[in-house]
Amino acid sequence: MGAEFVQFSLTPILIGTFAAMACALPGNFLILRRQALIGDAISHVVLPGIVVGFLVSGTIAAGPMGLGAAGAAIIAVVLIEAIRRFGRVEPGAAMGVVFTTMFAAGVLLLEQSGSAQVHLDVEHALMGNLEQLIWLRASGWQSLTDPAALSALPQELPTMALACALIAALILAFWRWLKIATFDEGFAQSLGIPTGALGFGLVISAALAAVAAFQAVGSILVIAMFICPPAAARLMTNSLAAQVWWSLLFAAASAILGYVLAGYGPLWLGAQNAVSAAGMIAVVSGVILALAAMFGPHRKGAQTV
Amino acid sequence: MTPLPHHSPLAVHGLSVTYGDKPAVRAVDANFPRAALSAIIGPNGAGKSTFLKACLGIVAPLSGEVAFFGQPIAQARARVAYVPQRASVDWDFPTTVLDVVQMGQYRRAGLWGRLSGAARTQAMGCLERVGMAEFASRQIGQLSGGQQQRVFLARALAQEAELYLLDEPFAGVDAATEHAIMDVLRGLRAEGKSVIAVHHDLATVEDYFDHVFLINVDRIAEGPVKTTFTAQNLNAAYGGRLVASTPTTLIQAAE
Repeated sequence: MGAEFVQFSLTPILIGTFAAMACALPGNFLILRRQALIGDAISHVVLPGIVVGFLVSGTIAAGPMGLGAAGAAIIAVVLIEAIRRFGRVEPGAAMGVVFTTMFAAGVLLLEQSGSAQVHLDVEHALMGNLEQLIWLRASGWQSLTDPAALSALPQELPTMALACALIAALILAFWRWLKIATFDEGFAQSLGIPTGALGFGLVISAALAAVAAFQAVGSILVIAMFICPPAAARLMTNSLAAQVWWSLLFAAASAILGYVLAGYGPLWLGAQNAVSAAGMIAVVSGVILALAAMFGPHRKGAQTV
Repeated sequence: MTPLPHHSPLAVHGLSVTYGDKPAVRAVDANFPRAALSAIIGPNGAGKSTFLKACLGIVAPLSGEVAFFGQPIAQARARVAYVPQRASVDWDFPTTVLDVVQMGQYRRAGLWGRLSGAARTQAMGCLERVGMAEFASRQIGQLSGGQQQRVFLARALAQEAELYLLDEPFAGVDAATEHAIMDVLRGLRAEGKSVIAVHHDLATVEDYFDHVFLINVDRIAEGPVKTTFTAQNLNAAYGGRLVASTPTTLIQAAE
């Protein structure tokens, strides 16, 4: 656990952890509102946005791609709501139509961008590039206090940390409204709580998490992190606040454990190469959910003491 | 147009709501009395719940005027408590009975205000009134239907309102709960507060309520139970489905 760890593992683990926690936070409310699919939808629809941002700017810089993704997420949310209202179809169907169409458009765009010199492909979009977000300038733990080394941190780290902090602050600020509106929307409206705007804000923060996390960890991880940690957390407790804390713990555990297992697990088993970190993180979060479903103290039908 | 009366806890003029092209509530006038128990009666799909929701601004009315104590809802929210249908929420939500009751205090506490120990005591008092104090720390998913309904009523009590709007408070509850709820509602009336409930059981209207409002998309009739809860009005509200000539036999036909 020395210089090599700081150089090659510390930043990907931190980025993965922030990404997982940023997604898990809004995921708690999406799941309780039976809108878990929205996280899935958003992680798909940001693809065309990212590709457009890339095509327009010609680089894989975070700025333009992030802007494109945010734009795509907002367009998708508006489209889903419009189709649901004016088409009078159930929300699940509206989401299904929008996100598959936009994802397909993203894939087509991606193929068209094939001639460009810069690398952006489907694998990257699905799996992210967590393993490549290393901190080459670091020479050990002491680099954490070295301004020169810190200035060479992968920019995804501060971006992800900021997104995570912003989402946490929003959820904390609107906690009471979110709680009432999620439990009993009609009652919330009778109190004058703007439930429509609140629901839209929740989806936008989910989109923010998805966009920030997408580049680093790809769409598989994003989907898993919206759903697995909060769903597992619900089985651990009957208190909303405790559920959110559990979900953060599970998200962090999935990220750290998943990254370590992906990097070292195959070597321990005698294989030659590491496996995809994003894939392994998603697998670990799924395993945690399975364990919670089998042994969690507050499963449906479980004996409560 | 005459202004809506100030003395009425809820007065409505020309209220219309549509779902798509279908009218749910059509040009309805209503005027509920103060310190009384009022029932909103009508067949399924008659727009009873929609009428309540439109008054509260939960569904957007197409047209019409609504006044709570002579004021628009935005200025009267602190004086009005709403109890939605029990089945409209997910009772698997991770929270406790006391926590749900304290949601009734959030309006006073605001988005960030602290809920004091006194607030907790007040919430416990509300649970006591509905006979649910010993369930305070229970997870809400463990309650029976009747107990859930009592918790919802306790939450409304915690709002310390002057008008209580209840959507089907007796739907699917046990007899003990029905009695407990009626005791609380009569207590509210004795304190000078007003109650308006969407009600589906014609057999208990005369026992429970002072004032009745009959609706079937259109307003059918409104007035004191004694003079308004008549065979003729019920026939008009329920269409050709009821053919008997007195309320008592009508009730049998309705069931």
